[in-house]
Amino acid sequence: MERLEVLKTYKIYIGGQFPRTESGRYYMPVNKAGKALGNICLSSRKDVRNAVSAARKAFGGWSERTAFNRGQILYRIAEMLEGRRSQFIEELILQGSTKKAAEEEVNLAIDRIVYYAGWCDKYQAIVSSVNPVASSHFNFSVAEPMGVVGVVAPENSSLIGLVSLVLPAICGGNTVVVLAAEHLPLCAVTFAEVVNSSDVPGGVINILTGSNKEMNPTLSTHMDVNALVYGGNDSAALKELQENAVLNVKRVFAYSNNWAKADAQGLHFVSDLQEIKTTWHPIENIGGATSSY
Amino acid sequence: MKKNQDKKNRFQLEYLNSPAVDKVGVEERVARFQTRSIKDASKMQGLKMALNMIDLTTLEGKDTHGKVKQMCYKAQHLHDVLPGLPSVAAVCVYPSMVKIAKKEVAGSGVNVASVSTAFPSGQAPLEVKITDTKFAVDEGADEIDMVISRGKFLSGEYNYVFDEIAMIKEACGKARLKVILETGELATLDNVRKASDLAIYAGADFIKTSTGKIQPAATMQVTYTMLMAIKDYYDKTGIMIGMKPAGGISTSKLALHNLVMVKEVLGSAWLTNEWFRFGASSLANDVLMQIMKAETGVYQSSDYFSID
Repeated sequence: MERLEVLKTYKIYIGGQFPRTESGRYYMPVNKAGKALGNICLSSRKDVRNAVSAARKAFGGWSERTAFNRGQILYRIAEMLEGRRSQFIEELILQGSTKKAAEEEVNLAIDRIVYYAGWCDKYQAIVSSVNPVASSHFNFSVAEPMGVVGVVAPENSSLIGLVSLVLPAICGGNTVVVLAAEHLPLCAVTFAEVVNSSDVPGGVINILTGSNKEMNPTLSTHMDVNALVYGGNDSAALKELQENAVLNVKRVFAYSNNWAKADAQGLHFVSDLQEIKTTWHPIENIGGATSSY
Repeated sequence: MKKNQDKKNRFQLEYLNSPAVDKVGVEERVARFQTRSIKDASKMQGLKMALNMIDLTTLEGKDTHGKVKQMCYKAQHLHDVLPGLPSVAAVCVYPSMVKIAKKEVAGSGVNVASVSTAFPSGQAPLEVKITDTKFAVDEGADEIDMVISRGKFLSGEYNYVFDEIAMIKEACGKARLKVILETGELATLDNVRKASDLAIYAGADFIKTSTGKIQPAATMQVTYTMLMAIKDYYDKTGIMIGMKPAGGISTSKLALHNLVMVKEVLGSAWLTNEWFRFGASSLANDVLMQIMKAETGVYQSSDYFSID
């Protein structure tokens, strides 16, 4: 007997749970050959709201983890993704990649996660500084995560674009709300399944699928979002994000990159999402000594 | 004492009639209150009403004069960015903080409520509880939130509990008396109903669900059961009794559900802070954030609201 194929329902990821969108809506994107990719949640503004609350709730705990522990958890994401590589490759092919390109993309995604896992306990040493000052103070600057970061994933990439933007944000102790690529959403949801089984606390990464046009305004005006990262190429969409960000002076970073390139990664993706805090610590001035701390 | 004796006799008659609570029925009715569709304009009115019904509360061992002062300021200036907001109904503090609270809210219309009777456990001799209450009243408390002796209640010494409430009521003088049943320790809705009747007949002006120190606190099932006790008493005697759910009500949505329930069970007469209160510490900010969301159209952040 022929087996009846049922199109998978891909759910969104909020606060460590996989709910359906509260709106109950879904959409069914198709690939170039006209084949339906799956039943995908068409998230609403309330899902964005829930995701931001979850991210805010998770922020305290995640940012206070030791850098080393964050690194271990990120590394674990890479391991879990490795275990699911065939699923990712299948999804990428279904969404229009060639087999070779799909394999390369998954390999690169794993490598990139390992790359940012490595940065977790190292960026602080490079970004921070001890500053020379002309008074009797020990003056030092350290990097602190910004808080909740809204990530609008690039439209033309299903996996590597999302990984390239999300990992540096959480590497630095931020929590994220991700709007996945509208027409290539499969890997985003599967990535959520990977994250869910990787010791990443619920709420650190939240992933929504649906219409960016609908969700961007809610995300970019939300007063509890501290920064926005835009990975797309639509200048009108970027302009809207920038204008809305003014409301609570969110930082906005737009990176247009070919994420599939091996060098589309770096420390600045981590340090961009850090605020620098400088502390003036009074010290005893030891007479005549030049370097007194 | 004679008066108490009369009341008690009356209660013992009523107590025989204290109806059993149909738990399944309560749950179904309560579920229905949560499905009402509330339109924007009504929601806004409801939110402002909820603000005006809050007893802003701090009941921690670590409370200081500074903390109480800050809360009293907040009670009168909920969110100055938005003009036209009401103040809360009262601030609720420990007896030792009544004096400072009274001074801070003077002339604002905000009442000072004080917990008493060895809050939250109530495990103290009767004389101590009466002294505790008198102290709070002498310091200027407008309202007294007492706890019942749950241990006595659960071991069936209803007369003891009744007398205790009646004596505290006497000690209150002009202050209004809220009786905390601590429903989280009463285990069944039948007990909640029995304790509600007992408190009402013993002289409570308000009945209140919980201390906020025990979970579960003010669930809608419990509040509904207590509202029904108030309704039955009102139908019999024509005397209104107030209701104060406390503990666990931290979101606007839940507050609105409670208002719907009060309206549908008791009627509009109870929709004022003279007869209905929320005991809460974090509810105010959530309501304020909802109001700001409605005013500005964007979701809010707690960064822009005062600490509670």
